[in-house]
Amino acid sequence: MIIETGHYALSLALAVALLQSILPLWGTRTGDTALTSIAVPAAITQFLLLGYAFAALTYAHVASDFSLVTVAENSLTTKPLIYKIAGVWGNHEGSMLLWVLILAAFGAAVAIFERAMANELRANTLAVQGWISLAFLSFILFTSDPFLRRFPAPFEGLDLNPLLQDPGLAIHPPLLYVGYVGSSIVFSFAVAALISGRLDAAWARYVRPWILIAWIFLTLGIAMGSYWAYYTLGWGGFWFWDPVENASLMPWLAGTALLHSAAVMEKREALKIWTLFLAILTFSLSLLGTFLVRSGVLTSVHSFASDPARGVFILVILTVFIGGPLALYAWRAPSLSERSVFAPVSRESALAVNNLLLTTCCVTVLTGTLYPLALEALSGDKISVGAPFFNLTLGPLVAPIVLLMPLGQSIAWKRGDLLGAAQRVTVAALGGLVISIVLVAVIRGGSVFAAAGLGLAVYLIVGSFTDVASRIWARGQGGRVMLARAIGLPRSAWGGAIAHAGLGLTLMGLAATGWGVERIATVKLGQRIDLGPYQATIENFQSRQGPNYTELVGHTVISKGGAYVTAVEPAKRSFPTRQTTVTEAGIVTLSFGQIYISLGDRHADGSVDARLFWKPLVTSIWIGAVIMAFGGIVSLSDRRLRIGFARRAARLRVADSPAAPEPAE
Amino acid sequence: MTRKSRRLAIISAAGVTLTIAIGLILFALRDSIVFFYGPSELAAKAPPPGTRLRIGGLVKRGSLTHEGSSTVIFAVTDLKRDVEVSYTGLLPDLFREGQGVVAEGTVEGPSRFHADTVLAKHDERYMPKEVADKLKQEGTWRNERSARAQ
Repeated sequence: MIIETGHYALSLALAVALLQSILPLWGTRTGDTALTSIAVPAAITQFLLLGYAFAALTYAHVASDFSLVTVAENSLTTKPLIYKIAGVWGNHEGSMLLWVLILAAFGAAVAIFERAMANELRANTLAVQGWISLAFLSFILFTSDPFLRRFPAPFEGLDLNPLLQDPGLAIHPPLLYVGYVGSSIVFSFAVAALISGRLDAAWARYVRPWILIAWIFLTLGIAMGSYWAYYTLGWGGFWFWDPVENASLMPWLAGTALLHSAAVMEKREALKIWTLFLAILTFSLSLLGTFLVRSGVLTSVHSFASDPARGVFILVILTVFIGGPLALYAWRAPSLSERSVFAPVSRESALAVNNLLLTTCCVTVLTGTLYPLALEALSGDKISVGAPFFNLTLGPLVAPIVLLMPLGQSIAWKRGDLLGAAQRVTVAALGGLVISIVLVAVIRGGSVFAAAGLGLAVYLIVGSFTDVASRIWARGQGGRVMLARAIGLPRSAWGGAIAHAGLGLTLMGLAATGWGVERIATVKLGQRIDLGPYQATIENFQSRQGPNYTELVGHTVISKGGAYVTAVEPAKRSFPTRQTTVTEAGIVTLSFGQIYISLGDRHADGSVDARLFWKPLVTSIWIGAVIMAFGGIVSLSDRRLRIGFARRAARLRVADSPAAPEPAE
Repeated sequence: MTRKSRRLAIISAAGVTLTIAIGLILFALRDSIVFFYGPSELAAKAPPPGTRLRIGGLVKRGSLTHEGSSTVIFAVTDLKRDVEVSYTGLLPDLFREGQGVVAEGTVEGPSRFHADTVLAKHDERYMPKEVADKLKQEGTWRNERSARAQ
């Protein structure tokens, strides 16, 4: 019964989406406020209906109702509860339902929190959000119905793909989806502005928090996915330049550019048209990602099942939602007024350069991702584009971005002073240079590139706080004054500094791979293997029984100079239902580095093939990403960036005109 | 600077960046991409030894032999021709005889190949697309999933 009502709620949500996508637009056209005001209740109703449908599907998974095809194909009675719940989105149908649920959640959030936004803008935004909902709900109902029944119901399910039975499944997809789909609301704002033909700094103020939210989640989602792949796949790699990974990196690059250009638009009313373009681009790339992952064009653990009908359907959605708004943009953008006069040396110029480089990175990744598909379609030749391509093309783009980041932060708005800014970052630059030279000349071992990368990372981390420090520092003043200044600084200044430093940390972790140690060997029990500063010894093997698997665990002792440090337990797990074996790498973190051991086949004489790594500073790759996201959260807490701030500011401005001067950032 | 010269500066900066990026992309596409061949294609095109390639097909049944400590030799087949592949290192979990495999490495001869990376997939749901296409082309595709779901 619950299943049927869930199915019904899903169909009802489609009807509501239809109303939401037409009536408010009609209302703003004709000036009929009764129609315009439907947008808000429609968005909220849609969210509630989809929430119910999702809860119903979750119930089916938890209760192991194998009469549902999706449950039967992806669940098992003995599967642990957390994977029963996470398994809801561990398959194509359920993950699409999660996608639209988040889409509706963003619509409802705008409906609820942006109360005092210009009515017309909000109604149009929600209507555009309604179009997206309409498209994806039809996609779900017509090609990938999660509530499809099968009679007679099987007694037992086929279990979830063992690779997905991991806590990562509970965290990674929801984070990534909030990031992907969060960009939809920014897209809707952009299309609404194009429809109404009005675009001002207030628009940027409304949109910025939403961009930031999407960006924070996308950052965390990508980092989580990378860490998951790192510890599950057993190759010790954390980024494979797999098209599916690129699909998440592209919206991140475009979204990062958007974040910065929206700042320029809000401050200086410049780069308006460009910001609109980026808003459309970011969501288009998210859609492209969904298409690449869900259509079966690519095969990976992410493409759960391929079905040509689905691919064509998503391709149609993709064409409509990228082509339509871009056509609208081409038609409307020239009529939007642009006041884009700014000095060549100024914060806004620096941000324009940032945008130029980031979008070029994005184009490069796009080329590397789509070129093999295009080539195969045109000539039938199959190629793979991997790390060598991306290292060669992205390296020369990322290096100048990193070099310019601290510099850009130190340049003032409107008219900056390049020499002054350069002087302010000297400390950081010297720090980085010294580290590089010490690494190359004294410590050695790594490549010159690795040393340069680490130096660049130190420069970025120190340089990120240069601007903040120079605004806090006061000669001859006591600590209390400086503390007061530090607290008084706008949170967005702190947020920016923290996020930039986070990127520096990530870069540091990437560069440090140059000092890693990798051993692939046949190891005898009790044999000691050198791993950088540590030694690893596999002592014995034990069999264990898990809830839906059996595992063979290799008890391994890590020591340093003969002294016991810790123990790790790499394992091989066998899942009988799917008849698959999965390697569980044994990982232990030692002062930001990690020992990583994954087991291969056992030989008759008791020895085992193993892959053993020492990865110095590797955790800082993901810690850096978490810090980037934290910087975003700090920025979000800035009172000028909070959701709904624009409304309060407008009220204040009416109350005490002339308007107060903007606080400097 | 006048408005016009500023605009010119912006456009030329964008132009230079894009040109460099495109140059790099073209250069990288020429030198750092890897073609994918099946065993028959490898025999027909006969690339010179040392060429970097990806080859794919099925692991021939009964062909897997261990040599020394962790070097393995196996044959990749498309059921018409075989390629002998040598590989030092850990084989992936899903590597089995009779299953799909993709190996990346260098050509040593018309039917000899040295792999430095081996990717294996279990059933058609996770089989490398290249292998699935190849098998479909050869007419030896069977849908294991539907067979299993019965």
